Amino acid sequence: MSDEETPMRDLAALLWPWAVWAVLLLALTLVFSQISPAMARITTDTLIKLVIVTGLYIFVGNSGILSFGHGAFLIVAAYASAWVTIPLAMKGVILPGLPEVLRGLQLSPLGGLLTGMAVAGGLGLLAGIPLMRLSGIAASIATFAFFIVISVIYNNWTDWTKGTASLVGLPTWVGPWAALAAALVALMIAWIFQNSRAGLLLRASREDLVAAHGAGIRVMRLRLLAFVLSATVAGAGGVMLGHNNGALTTANNVYLNLSFIVIAMLVVGGIRSLSGVVVGTLALSVLAEIFRRFETGVEIGGMMLQIPGGSREVLLGLCMLLALIMRPDGLSRGRELPVPGFLRGGRAKAAKTETEALQ
Amino acid sequence: MSFLQMLIDAASVGGLYALTAIGIGLIFGVIGLVNFAYGEYIMVGAYVLLLSAGLYWPFAICAVLIFVVLFALASDFLVFRQVRRAPPETLMIVSFGLSFMIQHVWVVMFGSLTRTVNFLPAINHSVEIGGLRIAGVSLLQIAATVLLTTVLALFINYTRIGYQMRAVSENPRMARLVGVNSNRVIAVAFAISAVLAVTVTVLFVAQTGSMTPFFGVSLTMIGFVATVIGGMGSLPGCALGGFLVGTVTTILQMVLPPHLQPFREAFVFTSVILMLLVRPQGLIAVRSAWERV
Repeated sequence: MSDEETPMRDLAALLWPWAVWAVLLLALTLVFSQISPAMARITTDTLIKLVIVTGLYIFVGNSGILSFGHGAFLIVAAYASAWVTIPLAMKGVILPGLPEVLRGLQLSPLGGLLTGMAVAGGLGLLAGIPLMRLSGIAASIATFAFFIVISVIYNNWTDWTKGTASLVGLPTWVGPWAALAAALVALMIAWIFQNSRAGLLLRASREDLVAAHGAGIRVMRLRLLAFVLSATVAGAGGVMLGHNNGALTTANNVYLNLSFIVIAMLVVGGIRSLSGVVVGTLALSVLAEIFRRFETGVEIGGMMLQIPGGSREVLLGLCMLLALIMRPDGLSRGRELPVPGFLRGGRAKAAKTETEALQ
Repeated sequence: MSFLQMLIDAASVGGLYALTAIGIGLIFGVIGLVNFAYGEYIMVGAYVLLLSAGLYWPFAICAVLIFVVLFALASDFLVFRQVRRAPPETLMIVSFGLSFMIQHVWVVMFGSLTRTVNFLPAINHSVEIGGLRIAGVSLLQIAATVLLTTVLALFINYTRIGYQMRAVSENPRMARLVGVNSNRVIAVAFAISAVLAVTVTVLFVAQTGSMTPFFGVSLTMIGFVATVIGGMGSLPGCALGGFLVGTVTTILQMVLPPHLQPFREAFVFTSVILMLLVRPQGLIAVRSAWERV
């Protein structure tokens, strides 16, 4: 093998894990969206969750701080997109309390998506500046308090959000393919960020905060960067959620439960790797769907199997606990997909020989 | 008069929060677990009260006490002991998952609608002291808080097992090396937190008479907030934090104009964030429970 620099091969090696997951997701979407309309809906739902989990991962995975606050970004992004995309004729009737500027505004779906992401990112910046000064458990609790504040405001701000009633009329443009595209872009952003200079420095601070400070890493600034990026990506997921259902509501703690499920997907998959994000999201989505089937009744070998109503959450919780007890580091154990031998070489090989020489 | 009245309201609401916060803070102090399932100890107790309706009340309370203590010990033995050495964020999610599961087991068994029980209606009667009308349950709340925190403080400072508990909290490995049975000490901590939960259950049910499988969540949240504000791992801090949150809630209830009342929680939690920014280590900082830097 030659020792010459091979930038193309390095790039391919860098993108390999992302590409493998992309092909897998593409194949799954192709198969499942064709089976039945119901299956297509589940596929869409899973892919949107994947966008949200990826968003959460960009901050949590790289900084090591658990955030309970990302539900807030879903809320603000979803409502922001609703305000600018609900058809004009309906908006006057549904939301007479909106200011003149918004009531007369109608953007394309893409405009709504970008608006939602911008609002989520802006809020991330605003909230992140004070929040990122905290570490450890105080940071987690503060992000949770932030979520409660936003959710209480949106719950009671009836002129703009209709409160706990449903806000309807959102154009439903999100299907399996739009969701797949969003998921692939989100995964790409996360992958590039974690391999970038900023991402690697932030990961160093996750492993040892003292050493990172000692080495001159500006941890707060990097955390803020990750937080804003993460809020923006999660916001995209929030927007898609709204345009998939066609309606929004803050009733019955929907966003609290959603945040919980999203955090669970991340932790079960493995908080420290992007592969964990994909594995965790797919695993919990598949399990939830299987249990849902059992709740309505499944015929196996001539026997009708049915579990009592409501027990799917119990089983889902049980599976999560078992997964965490057996693999506390998540299903992926924090590892990424290995890069195959034919792509390795160049710099990676040089680094390896160097390490061997040192040993 | 209104000031004194407010003070008593604050003390009684705060007392309930303080008891919840101490229950959470005790477990955190000993094994570093942020126990989301704590609210479920409170919740399952309420359903035992529901089932034992009609029993003479001391028996009902005994039934709750036995059930909840066993329940807490089982949760430690079956779940938390299995992940003792996992990183704190995993522990937190494990307890979150456990809490989610217990809630839904209760939904399957009892349905998700509100159930009501008329438990000890006598203590909701008001008594008049010097021109102030005070609900009996408020007095009980204050009394229970003072009594339990005192007993707990004495227990932790002056008994052998309390001494061991502090040792495990300070340095679990060292404690094991000098012969402390850490699993037993942790079990005792869970049992104590269960007793605190039962107190909260009894007072809460006597006051409101209603329950759903999800009512533990909001109490847990407030308990957490109080624990963090007070200083994680410090029991006097937890009590202080609980009273502080209770006071802020009561004051906001009085001073906020009606159209802002629905946003009360937003104000409470904003003050929590501000508090954390000013003093991230909590009012009473415990050195061993805090990250360096």
